[in-house]
Order: sequence, then C-alpha cells, then structure tokens
Amino acid sequence: MDSSANSNIGLKQSQTKGHNILPLKLDNVSYEVNGMRLIKEMSLTLNSGTSTIILGPNGAGKSLLLRLCHGLIKPSDGALTWQGPANANAAQYQAMVFQRPVMLRRSVTANLHFGLRSRGISRAERDQITDEMLQITGLARLAKSPARALSIGEQQRLALARAWSLKPEVLFLDEPTANLDPAATHSLEEIISTIKTTGTKIVMSTHDLGQAKRLADDVLFLYRGRLLENAPADKFFDEPQNDLAQAFLKGELLWWHRQELKPPSEVKYRGIK
Amino acid sequence: MSDFNEAFSAAFALILSFESSLAEIVGLSLQISLIAVLLASLIGLPLGAALAVFRFPGRTTLVVILNALMGLPPVVVGLIVYLILSRSGPLGTLGLLFTPTAMIIAQTILITPIIAALTRQSTETLWNEYAEQFSSLGTPPKETVIALLWDNRFSLVTTILAGFGRASAEVGAVMIVGGNIDHVTRVMTTTIALETSKGNLALALGLGVILLCLALGVNAAAFIINEAAIKRHG
Repeated sequence: MDSSANSNIGLKQSQTKGHNILPLKLDNVSYEVNGMRLIKEMSLTLNSGTSTIILGPNGAGKSLLLRLCHGLIKPSDGALTWQGPANANAAQYQAMVFQRPVMLRRSVTANLHFGLRSRGISRAERDQITDEMLQITGLARLAKSPARALSIGEQQRLALARAWSLKPEVLFLDEPTANLDPAATHSLEEIISTIKTTGTKIVMSTHDLGQAKRLADDVLFLYRGRLLENAPADKFFDEPQNDLAQAFLKGELLWWHRQELKPPSEVKYRGIK
Repeated sequence: MSDFNEAFSAAFALILSFESSLAEIVGLSLQISLIAVLLASLIGLPLGAALAVFRFPGRTTLVVILNALMGLPPVVVGLIVYLILSRSGPLGTLGLLFTPTAMIIAQTILITPIIAALTRQSTETLWNEYAEQFSSLGTPPKETVIALLWDNRFSLVTTILAGFGRASAEVGAVMIVGGNIDHVTRVMTTTIALETSKGNLALALGLGVILLCLALGVNAAAFIINEAAIKRHG
C-alpha cells in the first residue's frame, strides 16, 4: 500500500466521526494557585469546525487555559461543560500535545502503540493505525529508533502523530513549535492543517503572530490571566478592539511597561571609583 | 608477615582448585541471595512504583518508613525471623529454622525495603516527566505502573543489583536463622566469620576474595548497563 492510500484511510476514519462532545462552554472560570489568580473569570465557548488560536505573551495563562479545557487541572471557580451528547466520556474524545514532547523511553512505534493502548484500542487496529500514522507524518524510516534519540522537531512530530492517532474530536496544542526551527515548524504546521481538514477541532496556544495568522479561524487574546478579546481571526488581525491586543499585534506589548524601568539610585560598578 | 603471605597463597591455591566444599558454599550463597532478590523484586518493584504514582493519605509516612527500613540492622532482622520461626514462635510448626528457606526469608525482608525505596525514588523522577501525558492519554493505573517500571528498567537493574550486593554480603541475619550448619546452611559470609575465629585464614581469605570479586562484578555490570542505556535512550 502506498502512503497516499494510507492517508486516505486516516482521513476517512476521522471524518466519519460526528460531533460528540463540542461545544465546550466556560462560565466564569477562574484558577488559583496559592491565592494567586492565574486565570480570571473567563467565559467563552469553543465550537466545532474552526481552529481556535490562543494568543498572548508569556504568563498570560495560555497553557493553563488549555489544561483547564483538557481537564488536566480543575477550575477553582466557575464551570466548564462539554455540551455534546457524549460529554460523560469527554476525555476519550480529546488529545493534547505539550510544549516539550514527552517521549517514552521506547521506539517510535512503541510510543504510538502506547497511546492507542491507553485508549483500549485492539492490537490489530493499533498496528494498522500506527503504520498509517508513520507514513502520513513521514516518520516511517525512524519507526524502530528510540524516540528520545530523535531530533526535537522529529520528537514533536511523533507527539503530534501520537495525539492524532487517537482520532480526537478536539486536539489541544500547547505552543508545539516554540522550541523548533522554521523548517520543523513548517512541517508541523502542515500536519496540523491536515488534521484540521479531517474535522478535528484545533485549540492551540502560541505567541508567534505569523503562525496564528496562518492557522487561526478564531482568536482568543489573553493577557495576565484575562480574556481580553475573542474574535474571528480576520477581524482580530485587521481591527483589534482591545488596546493591549493592538499593542501586541504591533509587536509592542512584550516590552510594554506601565512604569518606565529605572536603575537603582546609586549604581556602583566594581573596580570603578 | 610470612603467615599472612602463606595464608594468601593458600587462599589462591584454594580458589584455583575450587574444591567441592568451596563450590558448595559459594553455590549455596548465590542460590539463597538470588532467590531472595527475586522475591524482593517481585514485591519491591511494584510497591515502589505504586508509591511513586498514587497519592493517598499516609503516603508520606509510608515513604519515610520505607526509607528508614533501608537501614534495617541485619542482626535485628535475623532475631525477629528467628523468633517467628523458632519452635515456640507463630510459624514454628513449619520447622523452617536453620534451613536455607529461613535464610531466604531473612534476606528478603532485609532487601525488599531497599528495592522498594530506590524504585520509588527513581520512578518518581520519571513520573514527574510523564504524569501530564499519561493523564491526557487516559492511561489506566495498572498500565501506568507497568509502563513506568519498563521505561525505568535500566536504573531498576542497578537497584536490583544493589539489593543483591546487600544480600550476598550480609552475615548477621543468615548466621542467626541459618545456624551456619556445615553442608546445610553454611554460606560465604558465615564461613568467613567462623574460619577466621578458628584461625583458618586460607579458607576465610579465599572466600573473601571471591566475595569481593562478586561485588566488583555486580557493580561493573550495573555501570555498563547504565552507560549502554544512556547511549541508546538518552
């Protein structure tokens, strides 16, 4: 079987799946650690059919929001509800890729197998899906290599393949290209676009504006734990409403300070009198 | 000084000839310690991994106790096992005292905490790395423990070898529960203790050299396995 035939099987399998758990509704969700509110009263709805990009500088709460939605952490306040018919088993229909790929100390193939086995998929099916995924993501020649001996770009591609192999309805991606060079980023974005065409909802955080423009249908703009703007991508990039979002899009927010930085009043340099 | 030299050459002559009495003692030592390590691993590996993964009330206390038990004095373990297995003890009817089985029991008790505590430590480090990913995949608890033990296999080999080292070098417990009976429960360490006090330095030294080589070999094996693992899996 050639690789294009394989990829067709993959696409069909995902496409036949209907919408089981979306939309996801967040109602006044907050998250606290040691009395510090890191996510503040967020309300939003994630709908099927579009890719949502979470934008914002470091410390905005992008990763926490993803983890809250995925159920890895529980909100301190507010409610988070999957509203589709299969919401009792919501975890079964989701997958996540982390900023730093978590590779099991086994071969590439065994890493894919592990994800599928965790979801209770039969051995025969595991073999078939694994082969298919290795072909689509271009990892077939590395199938037997130890996963941790791969380059960071290849590791992240494997992490993405492992998540995709679960055929999730929603795929959460936490800055998956943050540590990658442009070539690896491009290859990962291509896979993400392909996943999107199979009907999987992408929810991805990034602070890379170019990437957001390439992949987003909707944008959530976060700053210091608050959701400041929730808009369709073209509207957000053309005419952002929030002033901080405007500053971020102009590339100014990252070094934007309310007060100007001043050196301490007396600066003494060692050796200079 | 000449006594010392004579003892040494006699010891090496003994090792080279490897006569049947010597082979018997070395064989019994290995047999007892290997079985004890096997049993301790069967208990200690899953116990340590479970302690690393699951959070429950009293877990910290259990971890502290386990760590403390790593330093169990062998003679005390010997004494307790002796009391349990002696004719008037709760398990006296089994008639196990002064048999190799009693020695295996004592060594198992001695090294299970070592294997469990070291397993807990190294598995917890790995678990910190894997926890979110496993939670995201929805990996069931049993699969989680098995996966952690497997992915941690190279450092666990070192752990098991540490247990074996402790078991084979230990003298207090096996002396008390085994009784150091010739041809029945006499192992390397108890023979060394006995022969030294009798003044038969050649046999004591010969066994000492074998015991040292064993410890050296075990540590070298652990080192080589770890190096190979790091090279392959990073």
